Amino acid sequence: MMETAIKINNLNVFAEKSQILKNINCEIPKNKITVILGPSGCGKTTLLKCMNRLTDLYPELKVSGEILINDKNVLDPDADIYKLRQSMGLLSQRPYPLPMTIYNNIAYALKLRGVKGNRKISLLVMDYLRQANLYEEVRKRLKEPASKLSIGQQQRLCLARGLAVNPEIILADEPTSALDPVSSRFIDEKFQEIKTNYTIVVVTHILRQARRIADHVIFMYLGEVIEQGPAAQFFENPREEQTRLYLDGMFN
Amino acid sequence: MKRRLKVEETFFRVMMNLSTAFILLILGVIIYSVFEKGMKAISWEMLTSIPSGGYYYGKGGGILNAIVGSMTLAFGATILAFLIGLPVALYINVFLHGKKKLVNLIRFILDLIWGIPSIVYGAFGFTLMVLVGLQTSLLAGIITVTLFILPIMIRSMDEILRTVPAGLMEATYSLGSNKSELAFKIFTRQSVSGIITAVLLSFGRAIGDAASVLFTAGYTDNLPNSLMEPVATLPLSIFFQLSSPVPEVQERAYASALVLTVIILIVSLFSRGLGKRYHKTKINF
Amino acid sequence: MYILNRQQRHVVNYSWMLISLSLVAFLPFLLFSVLYFKSFLLLRDFGLGQLIFSHSWHPSRGEFGFYPFIIGSIWVTLLAILISTPICLLTAINVTQYAKKRFLRIMHPVIDILAGIPSVVYGVWGILVIVPFISRYLGPWLGIKTMGYSILAAAFVLSIMIIPFILNIMIEIFKTIPMELKEAALSLGSTKWQMVKHVLLRKALPGIIAAVGFGLARAFGETMAVLMVVGNVVKVPTSVFDPGYTLPALIANNYGEVLSIPQYDSALMFAALLLLVVSLFFNLLMHFFISRYNKY
Repeated sequence: MMETAIKINNLNVFAEKSQILKNINCEIPKNKITVILGPSGCGKTTLLKCMNRLTDLYPELKVSGEILINDKNVLDPDADIYKLRQSMGLLSQRPYPLPMTIYNNIAYALKLRGVKGNRKISLLVMDYLRQANLYEEVRKRLKEPASKLSIGQQQRLCLARGLAVNPEIILADEPTSALDPVSSRFIDEKFQEIKTNYTIVVVTHILRQARRIADHVIFMYLGEVIEQGPAAQFFENPREEQTRLYLDGMFN
Repeated sequence: MKRRLKVEETFFRVMMNLSTAFILLILGVIIYSVFEKGMKAISWEMLTSIPSGGYYYGKGGGILNAIVGSMTLAFGATILAFLIGLPVALYINVFLHGKKKLVNLIRFILDLIWGIPSIVYGAFGFTLMVLVGLQTSLLAGIITVTLFILPIMIRSMDEILRTVPAGLMEATYSLGSNKSELAFKIFTRQSVSGIITAVLLSFGRAIGDAASVLFTAGYTDNLPNSLMEPVATLPLSIFFQLSSPVPEVQERAYASALVLTVIILIVSLFSRGLGKRYHKTKINF
Repeated sequence: MYILNRQQRHVVNYSWMLISLSLVAFLPFLLFSVLYFKSFLLLRDFGLGQLIFSHSWHPSRGEFGFYPFIIGSIWVTLLAILISTPICLLTAINVTQYAKKRFLRIMHPVIDILAGIPSVVYGVWGILVIVPFISRYLGPWLGIKTMGYSILAAAFVLSIMIIPFILNIMIEIFKTIPMELKEAALSLGSTKWQMVKHVLLRKALPGIIAAVGFGLARAFGETMAVLMVVGNVVKVPTSVFDPGYTLPALIANNYGEVLSIPQYDSALMFAALLLLVVSLFFNLLMHFFISRYNKY
């Protein structure tokens, strides 16, 4: 049966004057691609950011509920949040390379993970760059600043960096919306390639992309989970009325 | 009616051009006077030797004591202000990120101390010295000047640190970094050129100010050789030479003014150049 | 640092930050308390009113009237603002609205250099150029006999010194006026100057006032350059060609004799306290003014 990587219980997120997430209950299956789908403003990015507690950056948000990963509650204030974040990799909408050389972007992640020894780091850097399909393009200029890469290359660099912390879960927030079609395709295909080893959660509002890559879908609207389930069932035979309307293009 | 408007327009255009020309002209006049008078009196001996016994009455020697003294004092003060100022600026932007009320309170205090005249710091430093039993010395001067340039240093750094985007913070946290690492490894690297500019700007202010060192650093004809002894500074050196009754010595004052001006011009040129050089690791978002 | 592990490094960094922060946060209070503490005796013996309004300054006789210095400071500062504000305003408008873009790029280094020239060098220049100009040309032309070392000389030098500050702020303010607003005015058929007068200046007025405020605060506390050209004569000035004395000059010139006359040190610290209070007051005023302005 389906193993659960993340279980979310009664998650509520309040902003100053409104409620962004209303009583979210859902499960993210292990080693599958879960797509969080919904129109803009439905709260899906906030849901994603709760999972590795990036919401800590925004003190005006009040978060309550439980997010269980490996039986540990992420939202517990006593949790070792730095370790927990390392078990998840983040790919943002816009690439955010660290202000360092290409080599060091990955090396920094490795050092945080605890990898020691220049030789070992060197080999791993090349390895992760290969996984992100970036190695051939940058092997002659590893010591150049990461800022010199194109947006597509930067996003692949961020992917390599995210993989370098050796996560179990990959969180992706509309990872291809800023990219050209070729780079977008690459990211989608890469996710499908590595899902056997990682649990992948992708937030998107592009229906076509969701159909292409999803194994499991969570559909949100106005801060609530409307429907969730295996992709095949979701797209062929949606249960809820709102889901049907969305799929028919009424919301978008 | 249209004619009146036209006349008004022309009048103000003329006034505007005059004002702009005036500013450029004045800068030219200042630079010219300082350079012209200064170049006449400057000599290699002046730059490389300390004053002899009767220097202020026309005998030989130079202003090396003041040049080295000023550099040492300004250097010390800049480093100290950097060591205090950088953590504060980082704390506001990284650790207090999002906590609007607290950040605004601190920035308010920074606004409050911005622009306090240097003589107030001088008087304060003097009082502290007397309280603690410290004589006029390099140390007292450094401490006073540090306090004086601290607001400038912090404000400049804060301006640049504010521009680091939240997305970079999120990406770094997602790798498992803690706040210190985010601050000292990522923020600093992202803002290198701004930090360098802030440091050089502060150095320029530190070396040129007289009121803060007047009562605290004292004066001497010797090169600085200990923190506890008085030290000579260029601004005071200029002032004392100018107050001499001997015209030759007054001429030397102009030369000293030239030296100080050149040092500051070089520092400000550097701050533009160095800033650009470290730009390459910065990511433009 | 590398022998410490990540957690220890974090603790060290965190403590370092907090210590520095406390120093900075307490600085204004520290300055105020120390100076107040030192002036206390004087205040107790004479009272604030008498200190500020008494004209007689004879420390050796125990008379401490700060009025001449306060007035001197006010005259010099106001005159400097009067001279520099229109020049800055006109230049700022010129550079941001009329002149070619690359001119603005030239202006920036010019402003930086003017701002960087140290006070003492401005003083030297004042003695070299301004003082003789007043005593040999301006004075005689107006039929006034003057040594040149005067309120006017100080005001003039000071006005040049504060031009970069005021100009910089004004340029920033004008740059933030949105193009659409200007275009809307022009498309109604107004001339450029009319647009400037009725739209730009009106919108930027709070910012202009703030710029002037900052210049005022800066000018009030300026020590060295003023000291060198103002004449340093204790007298309430009756004309701008009279020599005068300012509060900062008072402190700077007399600190050497502080220990020889009783209560002299209190007096000078009181002068410093006055400067501090004026400066803090201005900063507070400007802070609130700007935050109201930003609400738009």
